[in-house]
Order: sequence, then C-alpha cells, then structure tokens
Amino acid sequence: MKSTADVVIIGGGVNGTAVAYNLAARGCGKVVVLEKNTLASGSTGRCGAGVRMQWGMEMNCRLAKGSIERFETLGEELGFDGDLEFKQGGYLMPAYTERQWRQFKQNVALQNRLDIPSRLVTREETLAIVPHLSPEGLLGAAFCPKDGHLNPFKTVQAYAEAAARLGVTIRKFAAVTAIIPMTGLNKRVVLSNGDEVETPIVVNTAGPYSQVVGRMAGVELPVHSERHQILVTEPVGSLQGPMVMSFAHGLYCQQTPHGSFIMGVGDPHEPRGFDIGHSWSFLEDVAAKVTEIMPILREVRVVRQWSGLYNMTPDAQPILGEVSEVPGFFQAIGFSGHGFMLAPMTGILLAELILGLKTSLDVSMLTLDRFVRGELIREPSVV
Amino acid sequence: MADKGPDTIICRCEDITLDEVRGLIARGYKTPDEIKRLSRCGMGQCQGRTCRLLLLQEIAAATGGQIEDIPMSTFRPPTKPIKLGLLAKARKERERGEGE
Ligand SMILES: Cc1cc2nc3c(=O)[nH]c(=O)nc-3n(C[C@H](O)[C@H](O)[C@H](O)COP(=O)(O)OP(=O)(O)OC[C@H]3O[C@@H](n4cnc5c(N)ncnc54)[C@H](O)[C@@H]3O)c2cc1C
Repeated sequence: MKSTADVVIIGGGVNGTAVAYNLAARGCGKVVVLEKNTLASGSTGRCGAGVRMQWGMEMNCRLAKGSIERFETLGEELGFDGDLEFKQGGYLMPAYTERQWRQFKQNVALQNRLDIPSRLVTREETLAIVPHLSPEGLLGAAFCPKDGHLNPFKTVQAYAEAAARLGVTIRKFAAVTAIIPMTGLNKRVVLSNGDEVETPIVVNTAGPYSQVVGRMAGVELPVHSERHQILVTEPVGSLQGPMVMSFAHGLYCQQTPHGSFIMGVGDPHEPRGFDIGHSWSFLEDVAAKVTEIMPILREVRVVRQWSGLYNMTPDAQPILGEVSEVPGFFQAIGFSGHGFMLAPMTGILLAELILGLKTSLDVSMLTLDRFVRGELIREPSVV
Repeated sequence: MADKGPDTIICRCEDITLDEVRGLIARGYKTPDEIKRLSRCGMGQCQGRTCRLLLLQEIAAATGGQIEDIPMSTFRPPTKPIKLGLLAKARKERERGEGE
C-alpha cells in the first residue's frame, strides 16, 4: 500500500510520541508514527523513568527543568484519563568524597542561578530525608525536591492517545527497512511488509536503533548502543521518598508509588552492541551495592530483572535537529541514558524545528555538526 | 469467561479486574505485553503463572483470534523471588573465595 504524509516519525517510544503530539498540537498536517513493535517496547518501556533537574551544565538544567515543569501538568495537558504516577519525591545524591562534594557545590550554584530549587544538605539532614541510608562514609548530599519519576508506559500511552485524537496515525508492528530519496525533498519510507509512505520529512526517534535508521538515509551517525540492566522488587510498605542516586557506586534506586523498588547499576565493562539479555552477576552486583548503602533492603525480594539499551554519543549529550546534508531528516537521538526525562522539551523543540518556528530554547549546540566542528559538550553529572 | 462479571479479578497478585483488561483491549492494546505493562497484570509475585492463560483467552475472545496466534510476552527471571541480602552475600563469598 502506498500513502503520503507530511511527517513520518520512526520509533514509538517516549520521544517519537512526544514529537508526534507536539506537531499535531501545532497544526502540522498528516503525521504518521511507525513503530516496529508495540509502543514503549524500546528503551522507554525498560527504563527507570527518573527525572531530575540536577545537572552540571546549563543546557541540561534548562532542558530538564522545562521538562519536569511540563510533567507536573502533562496528564491534564494530554487529557489522559489515567494516572502518570508522577512521584515528585526528589533526587538525593549522597556524596562520599570531598571531590564529589565540591562538584555538587558547583552544580547547585549553577542550578540555583537557573531557579532550580536544589540544595546541599548536611549529613544529618540527608539521614532525615532517607533514614535507612547508611551513615558510613557519608559527607552529605545534593537534594532537589522537584525531581522524581513516572510510569513510562503510561507516559507513552498518554502522548500516543492524545496524538491520535489530534489525527496522528500510529502504526504498530510497522518496521521501517529503507528510506529512499526521490526527486525534490521527498523520501520514500519503506516498511517490512512492502508498504510505502512518501514524505518530505522523516524524524529519527528510533532510540538504540537510531544509527541503523541513519544508515538507511545514508548518514553515519556517531552513536552506539550499550546494554544497561535493571531490576524490580516485590512491593513493600512506603519507605523511601526520593530517588537515591550515588555516583560513587554508579547506582540509582527508587521506590515506585506501587511499593516496589526499581534499581540499576552501570557496568563500565559493558561492550557495545544490541544485546538485551540479563546476567546473574548484575543481580549480585546491584544487591551488594544497594545493601551497602541501604542495609534495610536486604530483606526485600527481587521479582524480575531485565535490560535495555542506552544510545550513546561521544559527549553523552543528545543530537537534536536537522542533518545538514539530508534536508528534511531530523534527529532526536543519542540520549545517552537520560532521554526519558527530557522528552517533554524534546517533543516541543523538534516540533518547533520541523515547523520552522522560533524554538523555546536555543538548542543549536546539540546538532550533529558539533562533532565535525569538535565542539563537544562537557557534562560532569552523568552516571 | 462469559459467565464472569466485570469485577472478577483476573490477576490476583496485582488485583487487576476483568473490566480493566477489557478496557485496555477496547483501546487497542491487544497483546499480553501491552496489557501487562499498562495494568501490571502478570507483573506480581507469581509472574503471571495464574493469569497468563486467562489473559490470553480474553484477548482471543475480543479479537476473534486463536490463542496460538497471540505474541507471547517474555518470561523474566528470577522465577522465585530472592532477597537482595542473599544475592549480596553470594557476591561477598565469591569475592572472598577469589581473593584467597
Ligand atoms: C535500564 C535503563 C534505565 C534508564 N533510566 C533512565 C532514567 O531513569 N531517566 C531517563 O531519563 N532515562 C533513562 N533511560 C534512558 C531512556 O530509556 C531513553 O533515553 C529513552 O527512553 C529514549 O526514548 P526514545 O523514544 O528516544 O527511544 P525508544 O524508547 O527506544 O524508542 C525507539 C523505538 O523505535 C523503534 N524502532 C527502532 N527501529 C525501528 C525501525 N526500523 N522501524 C520502526 N520502529 C523502529 C523501537 O522499537 C522503539 O520502540 C534508561 C535506559 C535504560 C536502558
């Protein structure tokens, strides 16, 4: 079957659906989202869905702050009749070394200048905020009460259903296999079942497969994918308000409103690739680290583990905007493990860029060209 | 399950009713994976041992398809819930063993 569209979005994760909704909300013509599996079946449905304003670089602070402020009212904005389960219990980042403490001090100064309500808290206050944190080696923490986490499946459902109500076509089980240039700016997007969609604009929101989609359009994107594992425990009584994130342990741990704990730990030896299997050594590793800093969790049982992929760029910052060599080919990729929390702003910014509107934030530093120019971005606060 | 009312519990671990599942199917979510993720049906202690078949029957009834044709969701370890403390202990013992 052959059809036409004004914009084709490849990938139905949080970014693809957020871009679709924001385009439709701004009166863009015919928007089609193509998802090879089910919505949120990629990184989005596998992620911790933590959202924080506490970053060490102005651009990230602004993107994250704008996004979290929108998450606060997103359910209403999208007319969602469910609950996005936004728990705004804050992010607590314990410091265990002087160096970390100094970095947090610097970050908080920058964040406060940008009206982010983060602060440094003493050791005593840290233990008052999360009483089950071990005092061992603890110097204090950085805390922002506006940070938190949401339910990623429901977030995508809310964006997708709102987009569909505004006329966006969302096709599941529709894998894109080729993007063929045509005369003029049009491109022919080919699906695995032989269907074709002709469109002047293609948006790459394929998450960990962004480089594969890039190659279809003849662009070699400087990104790679890498597995990150995660687990969930049985639900227990309400214990922990904030997300606890320790850079020293490479660990994050939250308690969802449902009562279960979700936690993960980075593995510096993880090879590049598309493997989404799980390992026993991850279970032991995360258990050892989490029970070291929060011994009370020893008694809590793991019920499930899984993994997903980060789509990494050389500077761990996303690539947003049009590719200069292929007009009409837009990217919202390479989120390097923090693409869920930026989605509300990503959706708005991409819609503005595609429609040629003035952008709400200057994100020109995030285009693909930065790697050619050698203008990499330095962000000190990536786990 | 034509003989059962809308308040019938389909997933006992997570208290999910037949009505909730039917609502999701009506909104276009017709695979066990989608329903599991949006409702937590099958995500509890038993990891779907009890409700999986009921859910498949319900989807088949709504779509007029066969159970065999419905894409199955992934079954994830650990199959028996394990305490974090035990896992941490296993790691410590191994490290001690390797160190000597
Ligand atoms: C374990 C883990 C924990 C994380 N924790 C956090 C966190 O706490 N906070 C945070 O902000 N971020 C977190 N992230 C990162 C976050 O998950 C991602 O940055 C974000 O979900 C990316 O969303 P996306 O929509 O761009 O990509 P995805 O959700 O991956 O969506 C891309 C979609 O494209 C589809 N697709 C791919 N190729 C094709 C094709 N050829 N045709 C059609 N469709 C295609 C895929 O099926 C997929 O559904 C975490 C990631 C992992 C793995």
